[in-house]
Amino acid sequence: MEYVRPKALGEALDALAAFDDPTPLAGGTDLMVEVNLSHRRPDVVVSLRALDELRRWDDTWIGAGVTFARLEGADDPALAQLARTVGSPQIRAAATLGGNLGTASPAGDSLPFLAAADAHVVLQSTAGERRLRWDEFFVGPKQTVRRPDELIVGVELPSRPERQAFAKVGVRQAMVISVVSCCVLRDPSGVTRVALGSVGPTVLRATGAEEVASQAVRLTDTDLEEFQRRVSAEVRPITDHRSTAEYRRHAAGVVARRALERCLR
Amino acid sequence: MIVQLTVNGEDRHAEVAGWESLLWVLREDLGLTGTKGACEQGECGSCSVILDGEVVCSCLVMAADADGADVTTVEGLGTPEDLHPVQEAFVAEGAVQCGYCTPGLVVAAAHLLETNRRPEPDQIREALSGNLCRCTGYGAVLRAIEAAREAM
Amino acid sequence: MSVETRRRIRGGVGESVIRPDGVPKVCGAFQYLDDLRAEGMLWAATRRATVARGRIVALDAGPALAMPGVRDVITFADVPGRPHQGQIVPDQPVLCDGEIRHWGEAIAVVAADDPETARLAAEAITVDVEELEPVVDVERALELGDVFRHFPVRRGDPDARGDVVVEGFYEMGTQDQAPLGTEAGLAVPDGHGGVDLWGPSQWTHVDHEQLVACLGLRPEELRVHISGLGGAFGAREDLTLQTHIALLALRTGRPVKQHYDRADSFAAHVKRHAARMWYRHEADRDGRLVKVEARMILDGGAYQMTSQAVIANAATFAVGPYRCPNTFVDAYVVRTNHPPAGAMRGFGTNQACFAAESQMDRLAAELGIDPLELRLRNALEPGDALATTGQVVTEPLPTSEVIRSVAALPLPDDEPGNDPLRLPGGTGLTTPPDRVVRGVGYAVGIKNLAFSEGFDDYAEARVTLTADGAEVHTAAIEVGQGMVTVLIQIARSVLGIENVQVVFDDTAKIGSAGSSSASRQTQMAGGAVLRAAEAARSAALALAGGDDLDDLGVWRDGELVMTLAELAERGPISEWVRFRHPDTEPPDEHGQGHLHVDFSVAAHRAVVDVDPELGLVRVVQIDIAQDVGRVINPVQLRGQIEGGIAQGMGWAIMEELVFRDDGTVANPTFTDYLLPTILDMPPVEAVLVEQPGTWGPFGAKGMAELPTVSVTPAVVAAIRDATGKALRRVPVRPEDIVFGDG
Repeated sequence: MEYVRPKALGEALDALAAFDDPTPLAGGTDLMVEVNLSHRRPDVVVSLRALDELRRWDDTWIGAGVTFARLEGADDPALAQLARTVGSPQIRAAATLGGNLGTASPAGDSLPFLAAADAHVVLQSTAGERRLRWDEFFVGPKQTVRRPDELIVGVELPSRPERQAFAKVGVRQAMVISVVSCCVLRDPSGVTRVALGSVGPTVLRATGAEEVASQAVRLTDTDLEEFQRRVSAEVRPITDHRSTAEYRRHAAGVVARRALERCLR
Repeated sequence: MIVQLTVNGEDRHAEVAGWESLLWVLREDLGLTGTKGACEQGECGSCSVILDGEVVCSCLVMAADADGADVTTVEGLGTPEDLHPVQEAFVAEGAVQCGYCTPGLVVAAAHLLETNRRPEPDQIREALSGNLCRCTGYGAVLRAIEAAREAM
Repeated sequence: MSVETRRRIRGGVGESVIRPDGVPKVCGAFQYLDDLRAEGMLWAATRRATVARGRIVALDAGPALAMPGVRDVITFADVPGRPHQGQIVPDQPVLCDGEIRHWGEAIAVVAADDPETARLAAEAITVDVEELEPVVDVERALELGDVFRHFPVRRGDPDARGDVVVEGFYEMGTQDQAPLGTEAGLAVPDGHGGVDLWGPSQWTHVDHEQLVACLGLRPEELRVHISGLGGAFGAREDLTLQTHIALLALRTGRPVKQHYDRADSFAAHVKRHAARMWYRHEADRDGRLVKVEARMILDGGAYQMTSQAVIANAATFAVGPYRCPNTFVDAYVVRTNHPPAGAMRGFGTNQACFAAESQMDRLAAELGIDPLELRLRNALEPGDALATTGQVVTEPLPTSEVIRSVAALPLPDDEPGNDPLRLPGGTGLTTPPDRVVRGVGYAVGIKNLAFSEGFDDYAEARVTLTADGAEVHTAAIEVGQGMVTVLIQIARSVLGIENVQVVFDDTAKIGSAGSSSASRQTQMAGGAVLRAAEAARSAALALAGGDDLDDLGVWRDGELVMTLAELAERGPISEWVRFRHPDTEPPDEHGQGHLHVDFSVAAHRAVVDVDPELGLVRVVQIDIAQDVGRVINPVQLRGQIEGGIAQGMGWAIMEELVFRDDGTVANPTFTDYLLPTILDMPPVEAVLVEQPGTWGPFGAKGMAELPTVSVTPAVVAAIRDATGKALRRVPVRPEDIVFGDG
């Protein structure tokens, strides 16, 4: 195995360009599971450990190297909430936003927030930069459009409203792979964005439900019921060993409604 | 390739093919078998070590990527002649049964108490929520950490 | 004449003595099986079946053997002795015999210079499999006649009728012991055709019996040693890697080590039996049981293991700790193409308890009687006959007292606030406090202690006085439960000597102590140690002509007459005991007879908060009152209670080994086989009822399984109380609460 640890972003991009099948390595919390469990043996590992540039984080930018432990302190309530649910304290200390994006599991905890926030994922390579909207970046379960020579450097976040809520359904109280997850953002004029994870091939926005929630500043119980109904109708869950499609569909509606209710208080 | 790191205050090195985890290197190359592997996935915390000041699962750290790191394992926290307060409390409170999860718990608990001198019970529990124990039901573990908190 | 004074010993029975291996364990210095190493050792890796049933039409180890660093590959054809292992009926081929009978079955094992090479080589073996239709349904298995054992109970009048009838169907999924320490072992050939073996075991002698038969060795050619174990809970009662590494060591002439990863571990060790149970309770208007009928089918998986004994427990405890004059049970354990089932904490009583306790709650509801009152009216007491076997309870059995004691404990009075850690869903923030409903449930469990049905159940121990104390020699396995401490305490209290060491002897050095299971070791190994210590003390006093003994030596009339060092030179004093418990007998054709030597009871109460709209559960509190005879070590006993409760609670709400329709396992990882975390575990209050038994050391009764047995139905009962749902299946999943019938 070839292992390189570039000290600057440019070096890293050069390294990714130089090899056929390079594997970028940040926290290792996804890659090493594949190494340990599935016995994946990467030929080339490009470590991102020394790239401080990837750790930049401000109001409109989260670097790919920012860990979930750091994100637990985010000002964005939904971001702080979702970060607290990722894995375990040990996982959060190592796992990065960039890794969550690169793995692109439909259950990825950061995805509903990024989708609701209409974030852009920024990729860099020796060929230049690509800035992709989240739904251009995630194209299927564990599938993104990242080329092997590209590095996820961070996400660009447009301004977000204060009213935010995240929820994640699982069977136990810790170390939960989500059965359904949801993020709601609602601005003072009532415009609402709702994203759900683990209920489709990748994270999705419930646009029909968003219409109902966005129509007024004050929502009636009837509105909320319709909102819940639409969320349930719009998700595309499957049945697997973790849960059933029927339950996921039901739970998606419930958690979305409750998340919206939290934003209305 | 050669990996060089500081383990429990000592300079150590190991030869790795590449895919090996830090856990593997600690146990097989450096003879530090106190850290345990029980799940290969970071789901049980038995492999917890302190790496550059953070508690992480050593099974999820590629050894090559730990080159230059500062690592503390359970062996570095205390010895039978000079136990860390957490180790002392675990023994005294009956928090050790089969003991397989114990090194991971001790490392996580010691790190918690070093960084938060007065954790509330729920903070203790959340800090240890990544460490599985199949024997104790966690009651004595919680009592031990509370006792260690008082002693420190 | 000596001016020394006799010291009272510290650390005897009744004290919370600190375990002797605690310090090494917290320092990471305690040696577990996976820490064992030997010079020149090879590493083994196992190739396993990926289908539940199939025929191996071609197998070629050539590609593996051709790899550099690969030293040997073994398959079924290479087993030199008896091809099958199994402690009751040896029906499990040491390696797949050509027909794959379960997912994960071991097909071949490779020995190589390093674990990576071994693993790659195991994968390189070509195995062509013709898939066959697996039997995965227990009813189908029963139809086919694939029955390991049918245990019938016929007691009383089949035409007896009650005023009220409650019928129910109950189902339980497969639970896995999931000990943190996976299987590991080391086999070291002695150069003369024999081998020394360290492997994951709960009973080295029964392993030894099977191993020498399969390896074609004379008994003295194999020594099975004890080493540190990362938990057991029944998973180590049957062989996993031992035969493989011993055979490889004999063939290669090199030490062979193996350490299973978690997937291997899930594949290799036995599981708890899944169950389907049909019950019919008839009672009079006052709630007194008139008749209980039950049909139970337990899924034994592909090979017998200990299924015959498990089904006997399920059948004989089908009614629970209640009187009933007319009892009719047909309990079957059947063969399927699921991985083999075997021992897990509770050993068949858990399944019966869930069904019977669920029935009692329904009966109470039907009659409008308080569920605890109903149980008290039927509570089994000494002098009563067990409803199934008809044997009379002669030992203490405080059934009413445990029920009353647990009910008397205060209920938590907190309200769910806004702290997510106090709400269902936890930090997932799924549940606001106004969507939470609290429920309370009770259940009572009964368990037999030690082995039954006429089994020759004994334990050997040797107590030797040394120059500065005493040594206890035993083959009893310390799995983490703290038996090592208990033996020290018993020896101390009997001898009067404080400096006691326990030496774990291999199979060549001492005879069997029996299994560390069945809640038996405190009474059995403890009983043997107690008697050996008594004999050693008597012998020492006789030899020195004294009347008292302590760490200084033998005393007469308050004066030291012989030191321990002198005694050791004059003797040495070394007493060996083989202790048997009072006899039991096998059942007659109606399941009647004195099958069990002793019983114990416990009552649980569970308090849960439920979010009914999402089906999420948070366990708020679990309380227990347990019949323990005599507390030997309070802290260790509490540890067994809390740990046992965690396991039974896990089965109630989160643990299930899920089988696909094709019989393969969907979740052999800790990502998806969920164990309770510290955030899932509630506080536990325990009332210990001490009514000393007649044959356990100092009146102690085995206690480690009961905390697991009735907590499962208590938690489910609490969820029913909160939601009004019927909840006939364990584990209760969110979808069961949301969509289930009322």
